[in-house]
Formats: sequence, C-alpha cells, structure tokens
Amino acid sequence: MEEALLRAVLFGTPILLASLGALLSERAGVVNLGVEGMMALSALAAFAVAQEAGPALGALAGVGVGMFLGLFLGVFTVSLRANQFVAGLAVAALGLGASGLLGKRYEGVPLAHPLPEEGFALLALGLALALHYLLLGSRFGLYLRSVGENPRAADLFGVNVDGVRYGALGLGGGLVGLAGAYLSLAYRPSWTDGMTSGLGWVAIALVILAAWQPLRAVFGAYFFGLLFFLQFRLQGSVPIPSEAFAAMPYLLVILVLSLSGRTRAPKALGVPFERGR
Amino acid sequence: MRWELDPNPSPGKVALTYGLFLALTLLALGVLFWAYGVSPLKAYGLLLSPLGDSLGLAEVARRTIPLLLIGSGLALAFRVGFFNIGAEGQLLMGAVGAAYVALFLPSGPWTLVLMFLVGGGLGAFWVGMAAWLRVRFGASEILTTLMQNYLAYYLVVYLVAGPWKGQFVFGFLYTDRFPQEAQLPRLGDTLVHGPTLLLGVLAAVALHLLLFRTPLGFEWRVLGENPQVARYLGLKGGQLLLLAGALSGLLSGFAGVGEVAGIHLRLLEPAQISLGYGFTAILAAWLARGRPLLVLLTAPLLGLILAGGDALKLSLSMPFRVVDVVAGLLLLALIGAEAASRHRLVWRR
Repeated sequence: MEEALLRAVLFGTPILLASLGALLSERAGVVNLGVEGMMALSALAAFAVAQEAGPALGALAGVGVGMFLGLFLGVFTVSLRANQFVAGLAVAALGLGASGLLGKRYEGVPLAHPLPEEGFALLALGLALALHYLLLGSRFGLYLRSVGENPRAADLFGVNVDGVRYGALGLGGGLVGLAGAYLSLAYRPSWTDGMTSGLGWVAIALVILAAWQPLRAVFGAYFFGLLFFLQFRLQGSVPIPSEAFAAMPYLLVILVLSLSGRTRAPKALGVPFERGR
Repeated sequence: MRWELDPNPSPGKVALTYGLFLALTLLALGVLFWAYGVSPLKAYGLLLSPLGDSLGLAEVARRTIPLLLIGSGLALAFRVGFFNIGAEGQLLMGAVGAAYVALFLPSGPWTLVLMFLVGGGLGAFWVGMAAWLRVRFGASEILTTLMQNYLAYYLVVYLVAGPWKGQFVFGFLYTDRFPQEAQLPRLGDTLVHGPTLLLGVLAAVALHLLLFRTPLGFEWRVLGENPQVARYLGLKGGQLLLLAGALSGLLSGFAGVGEVAGIHLRLLEPAQISLGYGFTAILAAWLARGRPLLVLLTAPLLGLILAGGDALKLSLSMPFRVVDVVAGLLLLALIGAEAASRHRLVWRR
C-alpha cells in the first residue's frame, strides 16, 4: 500500500511539473500545446549534459532548454500574435522531431549518476505551493491573472501585457523542462525516442481538470500517477492486451476533457492581445 | 518604437516577409543537420532530389494522394472552425475498415467500392465522436482528435500483432495479402494508385464548389467567420460543425483505404501505413488558407518534402523524425510570416 502511494507520487511528478508549466502560461492567457515536444527536447538536453558534466548541470540544462522553447513559442504567440494552437502544435512536432534526430547517438546509453526521484517529487510539491502563492498572493500573480482575464484593462493600468506573457511562458517552459529532466535523469535514467509517451498531453488535459488551480493539479497528477501504477501492476496479470494499457492515458485525456469541458477558463485564453483594437 | 497592426500590407512586403521566414527556416534546419553531423548543403540537395528523375516524381505523386484527400477535407473543416488534428487516426481507421472488407468478406467486383465505403465511414465515425464531444460537452476537438490518433495507432498495432495477424507471415507484424479484387490499379510500374488520385482531385474541386457555390457553404463560412453572427441568424452550429468534421474524416478514411489497397496490399504497422500524412496534411490545408482548390498546389509541395525526407533516411540513415522537424519549422515559418506581414514596426511612441 505504501509502495503504491509512493509509486503514484513518482509517476505523477512529471505530469505535475509539466502541468504547472502549462497552467502558468494559460493563466496569463497563452495556450501552450507544445508541452510534449518541449519535454522531449529538455529530456534529451538534460541527459546529454549530464553525461558530460554531471546530473546537476544536466537538470539545469533541461530547465534552460524548456525556458528557451517557452520564449521561442512566445515570439510567435505573443509578439507575432499568431494562432496559439497551431504554433504550439508546431513546437510539439519540432521538439519531438529534433529530439529524435539529435538523440539517436544517446539511445541505449545508461546514465552514470542518476538523480533521486524523491528529490524531484519534493521539489515539484514545493513548486506547486510556491506557484499557488505566486498566483494568488503576489503582485506579479495579480498582474499575470489580469493579463489572462482582461489584457485590455491590465494594459490601461500600465501592466506590460507582452512582458508578463513572456515571463509566464519562460517560467512555465522552465517547469516543463524540469519535467523532461526528471524523466531522463531520475525516473528512467536513460534516453529513448518517444520517452515522454504522451505525458505532455496528459499534463495539458490536467490543467483543465484542475480548473487552472495549482493545488488541484497536485491531486490530479497523483491520481493519474495511481492509475498509471495500477496499469503497470495489472499488465500481464489480466487477459487484456498490452496495447489497451498503452492507449489508456490518451483515452483518459478524452474522458477528462469531456467531463470538464465547460469549466471556466481564463477569459482571454488563446486570444492574442492587440493594443488599440 | 512600436509594433502595431498594418491592415493593408503591400504585396511586396508580404512576399518579403514570407521570403525572410523561409530563409530563417532553412537556416534553422541547416543548424540541425549540422548538429546531427551532416553537411547542410548535401541534406538540402537530397531533400530536393526527388525532382530530378521520373522515379522520384512518381514518389512525390504517391505521397501527394493522401495529402490531397486529407488536405482538402481539412481546409474545409478549418474554414468552418473545426480544428481536426486527428486525420492521422482517421486515415488509420480507414485502413482498418478496408482491411476488414478485403480479408473477411467474400470478394467480388464490389469489393473495392465497399472498402472505400466502410473505410471512409469508419474515418467519419471516428472524427464524428470528437465532433459530438465538442458539441455536446464542449471538449476541445484539438485535443480529443489528437488523442484519438494514439488510440487508432494502438488499435492497428493490436490488430496486426493479434487477431488479424496473417497465417503465412511468420514473425512479421502484418495481415495476409489482400485478394486480387481488393487491390487498386497502379499507373505503370509506379506506386501511384490512379483511382485514388482522381478521387483526391475530385474532392478538392467538389469541396471548393460546395463551400463557395452553395447555401450550405455560405452557412459554413458564416459559422467559421463569426459563430456569434451564425447564432443570431439561427444557424444550427452543432450540425454544421458535425457535417464538416465528418466530411474531413470521410476523406481521411479514403486516404487510408488508398494506402493499404493501392500500395501495401495488407494492413501493417501504423508507422509504415502513414508516414505522418495526417500531420503533413494539416500544413497543406493551412497553406491553402481554407480554400480546398489551393490544396491541388500545396499537397504536391508537401509530397516533395515527404519524398525528400525518405531520400534523407535512405542515403544518410537519418531517423524519419526529420520530417517532423521540417514540418514543424515550416508551419512556424508560415504562421509567423502570415502574422508578421500584418504588422509593422513604427519608430515613435
């Protein structure tokens, strides 16, 4: 029982980290559908740097690549005001493709010094609390939420809408990058193409399920973690084909979206901000 | 210095912006090739190599067929405001339907027609579920159709490794070969299956006429342009959305039928059936800016990229993922250029 709970938390940690990252930018009004690709490329960067310079620097590299990709997405969604959904999907394809291409030489190489999973789990929990405080208790959080709800009003009050959105995408990207680093440095200390296995999409769905609240995301992530744990436990011991288990996270996302499709999203979510229009 | 709207950009500026973004794409792609350890110039040469001979052109044409079918359906769906990202899964469902008819129903002169009907129907049903979830529960179709891709993927893996695995294929993961009646005729000794190509051209023309020359098309365009106005006019938004979505699923299903009945002649692993046609067709549709007729131009262009990606894979043993990179970068360049050309930099506050 205790083992089950621990595994649930460890399975849920990458989902939690990635979903906090997506949540942060969505509260500022920017949809990030690139999570899956950002996670994959961060995982690769973390692994590659960890091989050369140790796991601590590797984790930093993962966060750095995540932030870079978040800001890169911002160039299109914030400055150019392009379609956020299409831009996110393009970043997802780009990240998955680039990681598969550049990661070929690391395939099957074990990591010499993995990081402890529990450390990441505690960090993720701490970050969720910090994000809760940041959003609801700080001035930056107030700006961020106002930008996500009513950017025009925020702009009139002197808030730099584009700046706040870039900040949210950068910080959020860093969290997504940390999720990637957790996968390749601690959870499965190695690199394989497609190792994110749909967790990024689960994370995006969790943001909606958690109604854009960091603390609810914690419970949601651990609940998903428990389901994944049960999936691994049951696999092989019940007469259900393994493909059905592999398809489960994706089915779960569809169910979650259908059950919580009409929860209240930030008002300006997905809408580019154009001054004077 | 300010970055503001430019409602009427001059054609020169638009061309310049697109050129600039295309150059940036080539640059970024070159950096990636270089990081992978391949000379960028050599890689670009290979990417364009299919244009060099008739064999290469046939490869481009073969890849154009599914892009044309899926792309024209998606151009319509996007125009109506239904963001079907799940063409890949609908294509796979079409292949499943075709394989069922070919392998398990008595064959005869009706077999091919029945394959298209069942395959297209399954594709339409598959996206129809997502459309229904959006209309009924407000679930974003961008995510649900995307998730359905994975579901269809695992369904096909399960079928070819389990119940439908061929009796005469030993260790391979595919079904038995389709009977003669279930095979599409090809042009010469190429892999270009003519009837499907014709169907694709017809689809692009028919959807264009439907969208721009009929009352239904008018209602679709109103809904896509402004859902609020559509509601005031009393249009049945849910039904219109469902219909447009189902049409795009039907055509993606057709594309799947064409791939298995025209090229592979059996159901096999999903990554071999599709080569990412569903995602690449999104690009074809987006490039065509909601005009199904323009897909006649954009589909061959992207067919070239897919054939070029194959050349890269074969001669440099590069992972086929390289196509994802090219597609992702192109898509970014496209929407970036589109957005940038509508803005201008002003040197005052």
